[in-house]
Amino acid sequence: MHLRDLLNEALAGMLARPVRSALTTLGTVLGITTLVITLGIAATAGNQIVGRFDELTATSITVEVPETKTPLVDWNAYTELTRLRGVTSAAAVAENKASSNLTVRSNRIVDPTRVTDQTLTVIAATPGLPEAAKGRMTQGRFFDAGHVERKDRVVVLGDQAAKLLGVTRLDEAPAVFIAGRAYTVIGVLGELRRDRSLGTAVIVPPSIGKLFGLRDVTRVLINTSLGAAELIAGQAPTALSPGNGDMLQVIAPPSPTRARDGVQDDVNGLFLILGLVSLVVGAVGIANVTLVTVMERVAEIGLRRSLGAARRHIAAQFLLESTLIGLTGGVIGACLGVVAVVAVSAAKQWTPVLDGQLALAAPVAGAVVGLLAGLYPSLRAARMEPVDALR
Amino acid sequence: MPEPVIALEAVCRQFPADPPVHALAKVDLRVEPSDYLAIAGPSGSGKSTLLNILGLLDTPTSGSYRLDGIETTTLRDGGRTKLRGSRIGFVFQSFHLLSHRSVVENVMLAEVYGRHERRTRKERALRALDQVGMSHRVDFLPDRLSGGERQRCAIARALMGTPSLLLCDEPTGNLDSRNTAAVLDLFDDLRAQGLTIVVITHEDEVGARADRRVRITDGLLTEE
Repeated sequence: MHLRDLLNEALAGMLARPVRSALTTLGTVLGITTLVITLGIAATAGNQIVGRFDELTATSITVEVPETKTPLVDWNAYTELTRLRGVTSAAAVAENKASSNLTVRSNRIVDPTRVTDQTLTVIAATPGLPEAAKGRMTQGRFFDAGHVERKDRVVVLGDQAAKLLGVTRLDEAPAVFIAGRAYTVIGVLGELRRDRSLGTAVIVPPSIGKLFGLRDVTRVLINTSLGAAELIAGQAPTALSPGNGDMLQVIAPPSPTRARDGVQDDVNGLFLILGLVSLVVGAVGIANVTLVTVMERVAEIGLRRSLGAARRHIAAQFLLESTLIGLTGGVIGACLGVVAVVAVSAAKQWTPVLDGQLALAAPVAGAVVGLLAGLYPSLRAARMEPVDALR
Repeated sequence: MPEPVIALEAVCRQFPADPPVHALAKVDLRVEPSDYLAIAGPSGSGKSTLLNILGLLDTPTSGSYRLDGIETTTLRDGGRTKLRGSRIGFVFQSFHLLSHRSVVENVMLAEVYGRHERRTRKERALRALDQVGMSHRVDFLPDRLSGGERQRCAIARALMGTPSLLLCDEPTGNLDSRNTAAVLDLFDDLRAQGLTIVVITHEDEVGARADRRVRITDGLLTEE
């Protein structure tokens, strides 16, 4: 028997009762639609969540430097980092227990109505801090290499610290007193999107920090371009401390794929089961209808046997008919599913994300369902004796 | 001398029951090429069993059946199916046309199984339809045809594979007298063209048109 003839006969058999065939596909359509929607929405939603952290978390790396007798990371080492491809900004910071409880006041006037002494954290930082902490100088400026070199007695206040100290304007060159010595406030750092604790800190150049015991770098803030975090996290320790890279602790964002998988696992489980159940129901439906069809077409089977059809020809025809019904259901289901995913994405203003393989696999799954469902009925049809079928 | 188309020798067919039913008992029958044979008999006489055996739809319990010189009783299911498809054209009382396929598609169905040239299939189907005088109804659906037209369509399908034997089971059983006459005229024509025809019938009118008549009663065959 020619393959095209087989296909022809199966198609004709399917189209002979179009309404019945259409209703039979319904179960598969529902099952496949549910599966495609579930997987599609999960992928889309997962991508959205990852997309949201991408901007900040996925590009932020922090390297913690343990305190040792000999400094592990030199104050100038962060400049090595900026030479790495993928690093957008970096800054070294020093902070320790002693420096986190220093008394800072903004003037020497004793005002009984106000609390003028504030306990604030003093930290030393390299000039690149505003970029590295993703902040903005709300007033004035940050200190530069020149200030550091000249050991100028300047400070930059975090915006919260400035408010606590009552520093609102810089045009009169206000000063703050740390441990009894005066320093000129040259800027206020605010709108921090990373390391918000800097908002309550008093930031001094490294050369001044030594006076408060801030001798060594304790933390390095690194920002990378999107997607480079994993690579930079591996390279940063070596760049910062070529001999002792192992002793540095790198805090890198979780790799984006893992975040995505986590999200999908939560969403998928239940709906996947729902889709599979619908598929099984669809398969039972196809099996039932095909069985009824076989019983109805006993005379046709007899005729075909009399025309020289072998048992396998009869089996193949009914098997192909049920497979085609399943395939049709799969194609319709995949289309409906994709449309639904796009519609939901449009409504939520998401970018629809759909695995191309999924869109292709869905019709195949439908066909497999049809094939399995058709096994028993087509065997029944093939086993029929021609004498009985023609009676 | 050429091989007979049908050669039955001592064919028996029993159906398991208590006591066993002897539907055919030692039947001998020879049908030469371009014979026109009518098998008559009352219902329950073993007519259908004989037809099933002749049509390779059933196998005898004992005896030998050679079709075109080929011993069929030793063949397996697949071999008999092939032989049936290539050498026997069936005509049924109830026509057995597929209602959702056009006349020409129904005729073409005869060549779906087995090895035939696909491209020229439609030509051959149209020629077979021409042979039975149905060229004007080629694209009709069977339910728009009269009984006689349906039976002629079925005969065209049987002729499609150029069979050595046309096996007809009550071909006029569902037809009125006018259509019966038309079908019988057609058989005469086909006979004249050299086709071997075996008709099973209980109608005397049909039997009278054949060259040879055999009667079957209680599984026994007698030539008239």
